Amino acid sequence: MSITASEQAIAAMDNITMLDLSLAPLLRLAEEGNPVFNAGSAGWLREVRIQGAYRVSHRAFPTRKDEDWRVTDVSVLRKTHFRQAAQTSIQSHELDVFALEETAASRIVFVNGIYAPEFSDTSALPKGLYVGNLAGLSAECAADLVNYLSQQSRNLDVFASLNDAGVRDVAVIWADKNVVVDQPIHILFIGKPEDQPVAMQSRCVAIAESGSSLNLVEYYGAATQGCSDHDQQLYFNNTVTEVWVKANAQINHVRIQREGGSGIQIGNTAIAQAQDSRYHLTEVNMGAQLSRHTLTLNQNGAQTETILKGLTMVGGEQTSDTHTAVNLQHPHGTVDQLHKCIVDGSARSIFNGKVDVPQNAQMTNAAQLNRNLLLSPKARVDTKPELQITADNVKCTHGATVSQLEDDEIFYLRSRGLNEYDARHLLIDAFAAEILNTIAIPSLNTGLVNCVACRTID
Amino acid sequence: MSDVILSIKNLTANVDGQPILKGVDLEIKAGEIHAIMGRNGSGKSTLSKIIAGHPEYEVTGGEIIYKGENLLEKEAEERALDGIFLAFQYPLEIPGVSNLDFLRVAYNAQLKHLGKEEIDEFDFEDLIEAKLEVVKMNPSFLGRSLNEGFSGGEKKRNEILQMALLEPSLGILDEIDSGLDIDALRIVSEGVNQLAHPENAFLLITHYQRLLDYITPQFVHVMYDGRIVKSGGKELALELEETGYDFLDEKVAAGVA
Repeated sequence: MSITASEQAIAAMDNITMLDLSLAPLLRLAEEGNPVFNAGSAGWLREVRIQGAYRVSHRAFPTRKDEDWRVTDVSVLRKTHFRQAAQTSIQSHELDVFALEETAASRIVFVNGIYAPEFSDTSALPKGLYVGNLAGLSAECAADLVNYLSQQSRNLDVFASLNDAGVRDVAVIWADKNVVVDQPIHILFIGKPEDQPVAMQSRCVAIAESGSSLNLVEYYGAATQGCSDHDQQLYFNNTVTEVWVKANAQINHVRIQREGGSGIQIGNTAIAQAQDSRYHLTEVNMGAQLSRHTLTLNQNGAQTETILKGLTMVGGEQTSDTHTAVNLQHPHGTVDQLHKCIVDGSARSIFNGKVDVPQNAQMTNAAQLNRNLLLSPKARVDTKPELQITADNVKCTHGATVSQLEDDEIFYLRSRGLNEYDARHLLIDAFAAEILNTIAIPSLNTGLVNCVACRTID
Repeated sequence: MSDVILSIKNLTANVDGQPILKGVDLEIKAGEIHAIMGRNGSGKSTLSKIIAGHPEYEVTGGEIIYKGENLLEKEAEERALDGIFLAFQYPLEIPGVSNLDFLRVAYNAQLKHLGKEEIDEFDFEDLIEAKLEVVKMNPSFLGRSLNEGFSGGEKKRNEILQMALLEPSLGILDEIDSGLDIDALRIVSEGVNQLAHPENAFLLITHYQRLLDYITPQFVHVMYDGRIVKSGGKELALELEETGYDFLDEKVAAGVA
């Protein structure tokens, strides 16, 4: 069996190779992919990959004995023989499903993790902003990107390290100081499943320099026949997005996970917020048979504002896990988090939200709420809101609710002339609307509202 | 005028297997306002929910005829579409549904039932603004989520607004006066008085004579242990206010003895 470059490197760094055998095939796949280099990144990108491989080799494959993976079984990743997803393209009609009219000229597309310039168009975007892939970045900026790429992911879980080990191409969104961009920027990662299970990686870095403002739509979908919910092809997408919101900058971030119905997504999003910055996220998890989104946010300066809104909607045999960790480290930080789950069929949704308020994060105002709506007797919810407070002058609340549609609510609507079916739908749509209404891009909002309605048709 | 809108005969009903209504008789004609008074637990709110078709209540005997048809065969929404409106004692809060959208959905359900074309958003806004006058509601309420964060008085005014829009033949007001201050009570009552006309009828469910200072019923009924035990004119309410409900215990005790 041949030994790859990084295994040699690992062996050199460490006399005993500790690689968990169940991680070896995934690591080998990651390393197989040829990275997109350019003049500014050639040197450090190889180092990122080697370091990532090194970290993978010192970690174990997560099992249900690990607290962070206690209720989410990812053993399918170990048991499945994945091949590297092809460097391929899609038909232009396959793009139509994902295209948004508002972002026709402010969009970058990646297919199986690799930049697809033929579908990307950034002509509507102003100067002072780079939106593209790693290769298109100037040598100077690419050299500077070493200060960002992997600087957060290196502290995350084994899947983030796996992504580091296999970085091939990177979506880069980089706004100069004081550049305010109202135009939403669509970062579209399209997977192309095959009959045999394939693995792919998606990577994104977004940097809002001080005083700048960005609206990002990060979208994960699968190019399939018909509605991707019903697709039968197993694949694995390992995603990492690192976000920097510099002093007094703002990012409105929408993250939509709409992988194919038999796909698996393990995603990491890490956000570093500087003083006086504002970060607003709306995440929607609808696709994939198994999905996990781990969000790690650090408030690295005072007066930092964080708003996190999430909607998970699962049915059938789906499992969707959202783990968030918000670390406040400075005074006057605010966190407003609302995560809602609609769970139907035999599906399972998991929410674990941690907010850490250490001693120096005084005058913090943190609110976290997880609300769950169960639509079937077999649906299952695991929720764990966690507040860790050491500071003594703070205002913090957290909570979780699990409910079904109330008979009295349905009767109220029926007594106004709505039939039972319409009444149920109105209530489900309303539950989702509280999150979806925070998405200020009308065609995206409408599309998601329709998906919610379509999925609850009996 | 003697068009009978609602006729209830010997109605008995259970909740969770417990008999709550034990033989109710009531007839309401067009142009009439009736009030049912009684203590908590006497069955008056149950009666209102059974007329509106709440599925939790099991009718075990008797009949309800509404405009000549057997009401008990109809689902709650059919009753609503046929002109029965129940103003709730505790209107539900539905976050995520704007009040305006909800009112339009309900109005359109009625138009559809009548075989008419649905109304568009612009025409509906004109229509609803006129109705806001009835309950002196600020248009800003329309943009808010249905009843979410409304005060007790605002919720009740919203119920009357819905009633003003849907123009029922039979309006049932379940303790519409509970939780209202005197100003809100006046506004709600004036709203009901504006809606009353010779073709429709109202049934007020209340504990207190206070409401009847503002809405004058022609008939007052006293409910006790699942039955209407006494009926009279509006002076009966004043009598009850004077004597309280205790006389009923004595009367029933005497009856048993």
